Amino acid sequence: MKNLGIATSIAAAHKDMPGGLLPALHGIQDALGHVPPDAVPVIAEQFNLSRAEVHGVVSYYHHFRSAPAGRLLVQVCRAEACKAMGADALLAHAEQRLGCGVHGTSADGRYSLEPVFCLGLCASSPAIAVNDEVHARITPALFDDIVEEARQDS
Amino acid sequence: MTTTIYVPRDSAALAVGADRVARQIEAEARARNADVRIVRNGSRGLFWLETLVEVTTPQGRVAYGPVTRADVAGLFDAGFLSGGAHALNLGLTEEIPYLKKQERLTFARMGVTDPVSVADYEAHEGFAGLRRALALAPAEIVQQVLDSGLRGRGGAAFPAGIKWKTVLAAQAPQKYIVCNADEGDSGTFSDRMTMEGDPLMLVEGMAIAGIATGATEGYIYVRSEYPHAIATLDEAIRHAEQAGFLGDDILGSGRGFRLIVRKAAGAYVCGEETALLESLEGRRGIVRAKPPLPALQGLFGQPTVINNVITLASVPLILARGTDFYRNYGMGRSRGTLPFQLAGNIRHGGLVEKAFGLSLRELLYDFGGGSASGRPIKAVQVGGPLGAYVPESQWDLPLDYEAYAAVGAVVGHGGIVVHDDTADMSQLARYAMEFCALESCGKCTPCRIGSTRGVEVIDKITSNQNRPQQVILLRDLCDTMLHGSLCAMGGMTPYPVLSAINHYPEDFGVEAPDRAAA
Ligand SMILES: Cc1cc2nc3c(=O)[nH]c(=O)nc-3n(C[C@H](O)[C@H](O)[C@H](O)COP(=O)(O)O)c2cc1C
Ligand code: SF4
Ligand code: FES
Repeated sequence: MKNLGIATSIAAAHKDMPGGLLPALHGIQDALGHVPPDAVPVIAEQFNLSRAEVHGVVSYYHHFRSAPAGRLLVQVCRAEACKAMGADALLAHAEQRLGCGVHGTSADGRYSLEPVFCLGLCASSPAIAVNDEVHARITPALFDDIVEEARQDS
Repeated sequence: MTTTIYVPRDSAALAVGADRVARQIEAEARARNADVRIVRNGSRGLFWLETLVEVTTPQGRVAYGPVTRADVAGLFDAGFLSGGAHALNLGLTEEIPYLKKQERLTFARMGVTDPVSVADYEAHEGFAGLRRALALAPAEIVQQVLDSGLRGRGGAAFPAGIKWKTVLAAQAPQKYIVCNADEGDSGTFSDRMTMEGDPLMLVEGMAIAGIATGATEGYIYVRSEYPHAIATLDEAIRHAEQAGFLGDDILGSGRGFRLIVRKAAGAYVCGEETALLESLEGRRGIVRAKPPLPALQGLFGQPTVINNVITLASVPLILARGTDFYRNYGMGRSRGTLPFQLAGNIRHGGLVEKAFGLSLRELLYDFGGGSASGRPIKAVQVGGPLGAYVPESQWDLPLDYEAYAAVGAVVGHGGIVVHDDTADMSQLARYAMEFCALESCGKCTPCRIGSTRGVEVIDKITSNQNRPQQVILLRDLCDTMLHGSLCAMGGMTPYPVLSAINHYPEDFGVEAPDRAAA
């Protein structure tokens, strides 16, 4: 209920902005960690759109999520420059270390693992991001250190 | 006396610990009672040396790198505040060969200035182009952009001046400038560096574009993967507004221009200009059929200039120094410079701005120093995920739009991704199809279905199920995608796929090279 109130007020604040739907969805995801499916009708109402249209937008973009992520969102770059420096092996290591597959969340709700297609760190590959903090030249050992440190901070 | 120390705030420096280095320098200086001022500059683009710390000395700026937090105490012990000798001392920054051999026009300020300081920007030729533009008639500005030979740096290389001219001539109550800062291509980071390291150059370029075409509003569409770029742009825009370079009455000229930053949401195809406009309008980023051209009916149905970050960022210098100055760099119809981006398996990865016409081999070895792994370089993908894999036999071609097009390759945005001899080209071809399937907007069949079929066919080839027929099928499929797709997503995915099978047939288990296509 509290979440719905937040979603409604963010949607209302953006409804008159030209092309305001994406900024509204960003605002909601930034505030709540995801775009709750039951917020879709209230967003649709504010923007005078059908629910299907809003759902269509939320599901089209990789960035928006319908369920909360784990406390640490770990993104591993899978694009070419990172592949050239061992990103595939790094991803396999990440799955093992975090205890979840790509697009998954670990059973304890601590980690979510997502692929990302380029972080713009291609000259320092392979690269990852943990809750939006970027890290480059990642080895499996460094990966473990970064995740451990982020876990303690969070 | 206060010593100025520069520690980059570019993402690639932050990603290897630049913030920690800055904090450690601060702590160490306090403990030693040293009087220092830390400036968070952009990156020089010599990424293997990040964190590259610079110290101002009477001789000039002296570089140390790569510095980690653990090195800081030792640097103070070695007297680095006065440029003292140390294993990490690289000498005067400007004399580092990788930097010295470049022709930095657009990137001249990169790493030199404080990215969000208007005063610093102006002290380094900033806003000279905008001031000149304000003294010209709109058509004269457009003519200068035309005469400079500047072509779009976002991939398709369309002459910027022609777009601007169309928008200038259009009659409408509102016109827009849209900056394409989606930079989704692997191996490219020059847009990111610009937004993080010299954002006022983009602000200035967009303001000039507005004055030249009669657009009073601009949108910068930045990918969500770049939170630092978004924050830095916001800061720079605020400072530019305060200083009167943006707003309703730019420098008292009576002309206005407003800038808005919009965050994208992780769809590669939204880098395509019409999909980007759809996204800015708040919809799913699905490609529009052209015509109408965005120049006539673009954002919110109004005439719109849509250009890449580097295209817009190149304009201030053209106005400030004149069209001939810019034109005199480059070759053929590729004028000026391109910030080439060396990435992947390369020893000295980073940004190299040079005039068009140098060769890939020069970039790979003279600048890049060969592969990072020390193994032979096997394949180089130029121009992003939709670009061809370029084999060694073509490494001496000049980097020029037409010369590359002639061999079925593209220069694109100037991204260069290096793979060593452990790369399996059939798997990279498969990845190209998989990426297309994942990122396709779904509007047309060749791209939407073809890419999924492409993955299956490549799997059959590599597992030797009816290999000869499947190879024919793959070529056929590529042909359909090339000619039947609405945009370059489906239309260019065959480039990496065909170049892989044509130049590296052995990786597909195909013996006789069959050079039927691209
Ligand atoms: C699938 C696809 C992705 C693209 N991604 C980008 C991009 O990330 N950045 C960009 O500037 N242009 C991108 N483009 C090219 C744009 O459609 C367009 O040509 C460009 O923004 C025009 O600006 P310019 O003339 O200054 O290059 C992409 C094109 C396609 C087909
Ligand atoms: S080629 Fe692909 S991305 Fe482009 S319009 Fe067709 S389906 Fe959409
Ligand atoms: S390819 Fe991984 S950061 Fe660009």
